[in-house]
Amino acid sequence: MAELNLVEAINRALDWEMAHDPSVVVLGEDVGVNGGVFRATVGLQERFGPERVLDTPLAETAIVGTAIGMAAQGLKPVAEIQFSGFIYPAMDHIWNHAGRLRNRTRGRLSCPLVVRSPCGAGIHAPEHHSESPEALFAHLPGVRVVIPSSPSRAYGLLLAAIRDPDPVIFLEPTRLYRLFKQEVADDGEALPLDVCFTLRAGTDVTLVSWGAMLNETQAAAEALAQEGVMAEVIDVATLKPLDMTTILESVARTGRCVIVHEATRTGGFGAEIAANLAEHGLYSLLAPVQRVTAWDVVVPLSRLEHQYMPSVERIVAAVRKTLEGA
Amino acid sequence: MNATGRKAKAGSGMSERPFTHQLLADMLRIRRMEEKCAELYGAQKIRGFLHLYIGEEACATGAMHALDADDNVVATYREHGHALLRGVPMDAIMAEMFGKAAGCSRGRGGSMHLFDVARRFYGGNAIVGGGLPLAVGLALADRMLGIRRLTACFFGEGAVAEGAFHEGMNLAALWRLPVLFLCENNLYAMGTALDRSESQTELCVKAASYKVPTLKVDGMDVLAVHEGTRRAAQQVRGEGGPFFVEFRTFRFRAHSMFDPELYRGKAEVEEWKKRGPIHSFSAQLKAAGELTEDGFLELDAEAEAEVAAAVAFAEAAPWEPVEDLLRDVTTPGAMR
Ligand SMILES: Cc1ncc(C[n+]2csc(CCOP(=O)(O)OP(=O)(O)O)c2C)c(N)n1
Ligand SMILES: [Mg+2]
Repeated sequence: MAELNLVEAINRALDWEMAHDPSVVVLGEDVGVNGGVFRATVGLQERFGPERVLDTPLAETAIVGTAIGMAAQGLKPVAEIQFSGFIYPAMDHIWNHAGRLRNRTRGRLSCPLVVRSPCGAGIHAPEHHSESPEALFAHLPGVRVVIPSSPSRAYGLLLAAIRDPDPVIFLEPTRLYRLFKQEVADDGEALPLDVCFTLRAGTDVTLVSWGAMLNETQAAAEALAQEGVMAEVIDVATLKPLDMTTILESVARTGRCVIVHEATRTGGFGAEIAANLAEHGLYSLLAPVQRVTAWDVVVPLSRLEHQYMPSVERIVAAVRKTLEGA
Repeated sequence: MNATGRKAKAGSGMSERPFTHQLLADMLRIRRMEEKCAELYGAQKIRGFLHLYIGEEACATGAMHALDADDNVVATYREHGHALLRGVPMDAIMAEMFGKAAGCSRGRGGSMHLFDVARRFYGGNAIVGGGLPLAVGLALADRMLGIRRLTACFFGEGAVAEGAFHEGMNLAALWRLPVLFLCENNLYAMGTALDRSESQTELCVKAASYKVPTLKVDGMDVLAVHEGTRRAAQQVRGEGGPFFVEFRTFRFRAHSMFDPELYRGKAEVEEWKKRGPIHSFSAQLKAAGELTEDGFLELDAEAEAEVAAAVAFAEAAPWEPVEDLLRDVTTPGAMR
């Protein structure tokens, strides 16, 4: 066991898998000599050589497009995009090819690709360096979307993502990279990609979130507990495929649900969960589902950043709303 | 008039002085402003990212003085100097760095997205390569609207690896648009040296493959930059088609504020620093008897005073009210 922060856990997972599976290859801008903008790939080129840890030109289209070609040949490329705001030149390949290889060939080809990218606000970085584009990727057939919320889940989920035969968009909350440490057993154990994780049991309301927002969500649950409101907290972790079973079972017990995400509101992934609740869980609901999200604006500069991101207060207020008349 | 036969351009807020002195003064203004920014970053007055242009001042200075006030300018996230010399007041730049409503982007842009529409400064741009197609579009619109002016597009050599460079370059050449592509080749894109990124490291050869005329200029020599840009601009204005100028330059500081600089040696940086654009130009002027040490100190003091005033302005400026957060995302009432 080692005490690791999230970015170190990512590094350990990459290191483990490269050591145990020669088909794993890392590529991206400055991932080799420099060890990545956030140091996630530090030491990998020294250990595994420049053939397996490739510094690419500044060309996202080529990074992901090339990785898809490699994946089609059975390699397991892990591509890094420096910030999620720079992923759009690669979007063409993610949308138009990565998620479709399997479908086009009726399973004769698959695309065991991972695209890693930091996401989310809270480090005082502007716009493109602070966004949460997960819903864009979740919209696409054939692509999985994963967002870890702790070092140990980052470790286990990244291993699962690399081993998964389909393309995975692996979004790493920048704010969590160095926020806290946790015991991580560097033992190569993967976590499942098809389940949500219940982080806290409760009886009165279900709080559903993912990524860095679990910080505020868990703090809100703690604050509510002081008032005698017992919140269950669910970390979705893998947005696609979405494990609605865990969420529906929880809401069947609590009768209330608040969904919290850092991404902008309209068309956010919270809407997908709310729609599923309406379709499959309406009769267990005692109050309308609430969403606590960012506003539909470009991420503002640092001073207003906290106004953009959902706060503990806003989450608590949303929970109170579900309890009105209870 | 002076040795180069030109007078100082209006717009930089300085009194009439020999052109060479104006060039030096402007390089000093950029340098002192950015040194202060670095300090303010340390004090957490400026947050986020801050990409300093220190070492590269001759490029923006020489080039901007070769443009007309009416030309469009597109820049990158390393654009503080470009904005300043386009005439954006230092006050408004500094306030923008702080994220204040009095900033040139009204507190919405920060260090990487300085904008000034009135001065046709179409922004810093955090997306590498993002400015090139935009510049082509500005130039195309000018032509469609029957306006005779050029669009100057600054970008780093890193952008050359992006598809946007090739698509933009081809379009500008194919449609013969008045775009002046100004590539600031400082040899590194973050941690990637040019020869680890490009099979063809002669960037002019790349541009030439699109039949764009090219010129390679010593980007540490402000007069060479000015003369090269002036000639290129003249050709764009005369013949209408694009032109590609490569400035060979070097950034003396880290890529942004955190950067372990594992990718280049201290010796290389020191070697380039010997050719620092400010001291080499001032030494040249002194040797020619065109500048005294006192004259230099006077220009420097002027720059320092301008910086101090800009910081005071930014400190005193009010913050954008929180309620405004939802404003200016889309046009109010424009739906029908
Ligand atoms: C599309 C895109 N990809 C990656 C980045 C991250 N990034 C910011 S600056 C930079 C290097 C750019 O180098 P260059 O164009 O040479 O300009 P310089 O920083 O040297 O002035 C990179 C990779 C980005 N901003 N945009
Ligand atoms: Mg460069």
